[in-house]
Amino acid sequence: MTTTLTESRQSQKATHRERQRRSRQKARRHNWVGGLAGWLWLVIVAVPLYWTLITSLKAQSRYYASNPLVPSSDPTLDNYRLVIESDFLRYFVNSVVVTAGAVVPAVVFSFMAAYAIVRGWRMRVLRAVNGLFLMGLAIPLQATVIPVYLIIIKLHLYDNLLALILPSIAFAIPLSVLVLTNFIRDVPKELFDSMRVDGATEWTTLWRLAAPLTRPAILTVTIFNSLTIWNGFLLPLILTQSPERRTLPLALWTFQGQYGVNVPAVLAAVVLTTLPVLVLYAFGRRQLLSGLTAGFSR
Amino acid sequence: MSSLTGHRPRREPRSILPWLAVPALVVFVGFAVVPLVGVFALSFTTWDGIGTIHPSGLTSWRAVLTDPGLPHALWVTFLVMAVSWAVQTPLSILLGTFMAGRQRYRAVLGVVYFVPLMLSSAAIAIAYKALLDPNFGLGAGLKIHALSQDWLGRPGLAFGVVIFVVSWQFVPFHSLIYQGGVQQIPKSLYEAAQLDGAGRIRQFFSITLPQLKYTIITSSTLMVVGSLTFFDLIFILTEGGPGDATRVLALDMYKRAFQASLMGPASAIAVILVLVGLALALLLRRLGGRDAGASQLEGA
Repeated sequence: MTTTLTESRQSQKATHRERQRRSRQKARRHNWVGGLAGWLWLVIVAVPLYWTLITSLKAQSRYYASNPLVPSSDPTLDNYRLVIESDFLRYFVNSVVVTAGAVVPAVVFSFMAAYAIVRGWRMRVLRAVNGLFLMGLAIPLQATVIPVYLIIIKLHLYDNLLALILPSIAFAIPLSVLVLTNFIRDVPKELFDSMRVDGATEWTTLWRLAAPLTRPAILTVTIFNSLTIWNGFLLPLILTQSPERRTLPLALWTFQGQYGVNVPAVLAAVVLTTLPVLVLYAFGRRQLLSGLTAGFSR
Repeated sequence: MSSLTGHRPRREPRSILPWLAVPALVVFVGFAVVPLVGVFALSFTTWDGIGTIHPSGLTSWRAVLTDPGLPHALWVTFLVMAVSWAVQTPLSILLGTFMAGRQRYRAVLGVVYFVPLMLSSAAIAIAYKALLDPNFGLGAGLKIHALSQDWLGRPGLAFGVVIFVVSWQFVPFHSLIYQGGVQQIPKSLYEAAQLDGAGRIRQFFSITLPQLKYTIITSSTLMVVGSLTFFDLIFILTEGGPGDATRVLALDMYKRAFQASLMGPASAIAVILVLVGLALALLLRRLGGRDAGASQLEGA
């Protein structure tokens, strides 16, 4: 075990060095096809984003007459005012409550389960639990929304934010456990052993040793789940009813139904609902992106 | 408990480990496993979503299986899956390979590339709906006739729009996966190929592509299984229309359940959705010998 670990560490270091060398050399060669596709894709991605942003700053009365790709000479925040006056602060708070209320327990529960699965791999029951979670990855969980709806009604939680939180936790668990088990497995076994020699319980080891050592993975899982839940649409659509319970994506959709012809206002709502995520993106792009693919590209 | 600790009773007579998995297990069983079983059960009942649930044997299944809407929804689901895969995969490989390099401007491009990943499907669908509007959208504003068509009002065009928007949203994600894959290819392979006189294109097809085999399988699994769940995007963009041109299975299920209040038949559709998802996951796993999930655990 010890030798394989150090070996893998060394080979990791070696591949890292090799990767650096390789990328330096690659920079000197030119990849024309890739470059062309790269710039073309940039245009395809950027034009709708740019159009959305500049249009959201145009007055509705001027919108139809203006060139759609030229920013307004007289930008206005009226559209944003209309959106905010349409109760979007409340929807923002709802989204925050649902996201935080689901992500924190999802990550904590997943971490505890992942720790148990790694440390108790010799126990058949924990291997079975792991298998159950893995199965959850292959199943499109949307297919379960009808019984989820029934359960929520039976629990008298319909049209309650808790109705969104509980299934969101459940849907987040399979991938979170998978990513976290992979990282906890990388913690050297001697560290666990020395904790045990010191008389630490599993509970202390979990929080004092495993959690600090796998902090990047915990961050990754937190980011991934936060984005998924923040952007969720189907659960709010079927599990809530009253306007006061809307989360941002659902509010955006109903706002569009209401103000459909007022294109600048609809686009202001689009910008406003994505703003919190874009601010985070601006500050922690690297972390966000690695958080999105960590489960798949290792 | 004895079976839990039966293997090595001396080391940990009463391990708390299994208890640590209980909270996750309870929520997962309660809101994922029970619903999964429940959806099978509900497919043998009649329920309008509000009143009482009546067992009704095979009525729902008979209704669903004889409805010409089902083969159509399956066909549309398959088309969305196949076409979006065929569009996204080459693009993602190309962009991923490109981004694996390190020119400085690529980093700048990268900032914009990944913005769609942050946006909700609802926001993307609503922005595109406004952008594609034949009267008020981008094409009409630019007065370019070719761009101001009734994009979402004609079956073929609407299908194309769905594929385009799906790609717009998910190509960045898959490029990111391929970027990681390309960066893991040993450089010695390229050196050897260069010594043998292989050109860039030859290197791409003889080294990069074969070396990306497992990345391709991972990415394809996510694309294909993920395409079963394009609900929000299609629901907002077209609501399955025009007619039922973009009515995929997930949308069919939603409409039967929450618009027509036919929970029984909708559950039968959901069961079909689960079976299609499982079959695809198993098929892709066979194909590659491993899948996104299990591959991670092989080193255990």
